[in-house]
Amino acid sequence: MMKINMHALACCGRRLAASSLFGLVLVSTVQAQGNPQDPYESFNRAMFSANEVIDQYALRPLARVYDVATPLPVKASVGNFFGNAGDLMVGVNNALQGKVSSAGNDFARLLINSTLGIFGLFDVASELGYYRNDEDFGQTLAVWGVDSGAYLYLPIFGPRTLRDTAGLLVDSFSDPVGQIDEVALRNSVRGLRIVDLRAGLLPADKVVEEAALDKYSYIRAAYLQRRTSQIYDGRPPRLDD
Amino acid sequence: MMKKILTLLAGLLLSFSVLAQEAPDALVKRVTEDVLKIVREDKTLQGADKSKLIALVDAKVLPNFDFQRMTALALGKEWRKATPQQKMRLSEEFRNLLVRTYANSFDGYRGQRIRYLPFTMSAGETDVYVRTEVLQPGAKPVQIDYNLELQSGGWKVYDVIIAGISLVTNYRDQFTREVRANGIDGLIASLATKNDTLEASAKAGK
Repeated sequence: MMKINMHALACCGRRLAASSLFGLVLVSTVQAQGNPQDPYESFNRAMFSANEVIDQYALRPLARVYDVATPLPVKASVGNFFGNAGDLMVGVNNALQGKVSSAGNDFARLLINSTLGIFGLFDVASELGYYRNDEDFGQTLAVWGVDSGAYLYLPIFGPRTLRDTAGLLVDSFSDPVGQIDEVALRNSVRGLRIVDLRAGLLPADKVVEEAALDKYSYIRAAYLQRRTSQIYDGRPPRLDD
Repeated sequence: MMKKILTLLAGLLLSFSVLAQEAPDALVKRVTEDVLKIVREDKTLQGADKSKLIALVDAKVLPNFDFQRMTALALGKEWRKATPQQKMRLSEEFRNLLVRTYANSFDGYRGQRIRYLPFTMSAGETDVYVRTEVLQPGAKPVQIDYNLELQSGGWKVYDVIIAGISLVTNYRDQFTREVRANGIDGLIASLATKNDTLEASAKAGK
């Protein structure tokens, strides 16, 4: 198994958190009461509150309009298009994790949907039994043995860990949408993708809102559980109480 | 007369033991399909008023859940510090909160089909996973897994895991924090307040 210098990653993540995020100085006080995975909790909570405001006044209203105004077939095609654009890197990540047959599935999807599915607008591959996988570079790092590192709540992007932040950087470098030359078009496509993703989460809003005693902790626990499940492809080892 | 009563009793006992022997995967399938059939047929259940849906979940789903066990799992180590009386109150409030979450999750239901994944268990096993998937066109299926335990009254669900997120252990951090700050009674009080607020806003929203 490949070992990655976690210290270097941690430094890079810390620098990112400390300098690029509004130049806030981080005091890493590990609270005796808090979650050991969340040493930057006070910073994270501040980011979380800022994001809540952005979401409430900008993102959620936009996603609602998109959700109501867009006919279902169009929405499905938008989702399929971004799914297809993502399938290339899903395949690469599966290959990097040594899951050859999954990678084959993903490349088959890419080929089928880019051709028969007319540039990815239709998900023909799923009809043929090639189902969509869910991979990213953060998961690949985990499979390579990199620890998750501290939990971070990033502006706009939301919950991540140190490892997943590094993964996110690699994912955004290799994003096919980033290859679009025309700036206006590229930004519109990116904007549409964010709105599409947010619209997909609309049904979860009320569930989280009503279920959580403390929304920040609820989302943190859900993110960490979800990532563990993704890393093990939906079959995480069993934890005992 | 006596004979009639005896026959009736024997019949009752028989049906109980048949229920008790229902396999965990069969139980999950029966309850899921029962509820989804009702939700599909009665459109009023998907409206803003959740009281009818909550009553349905209460009647059909909850008898198959073990809320003491769920609450213990959500609370972790702190559970052992609670008195029997506190345990009862905690389970009651947690149950009310989970019912609402469960009912709310039907908001996203648009007639999707459920796939029941192949289930095997070895003889004598008393703690199992039953795995299902919600199929949705154009997207990756969402996993819903159930954790069941064999008890004297048959199999009981003690955890529901949606897309890898356990509805129960997701509360561990919040509960621990509350208990450390305000004790078990503090947690009971904050759960009760949460439930009252939800109840009141549901009534106001009608």
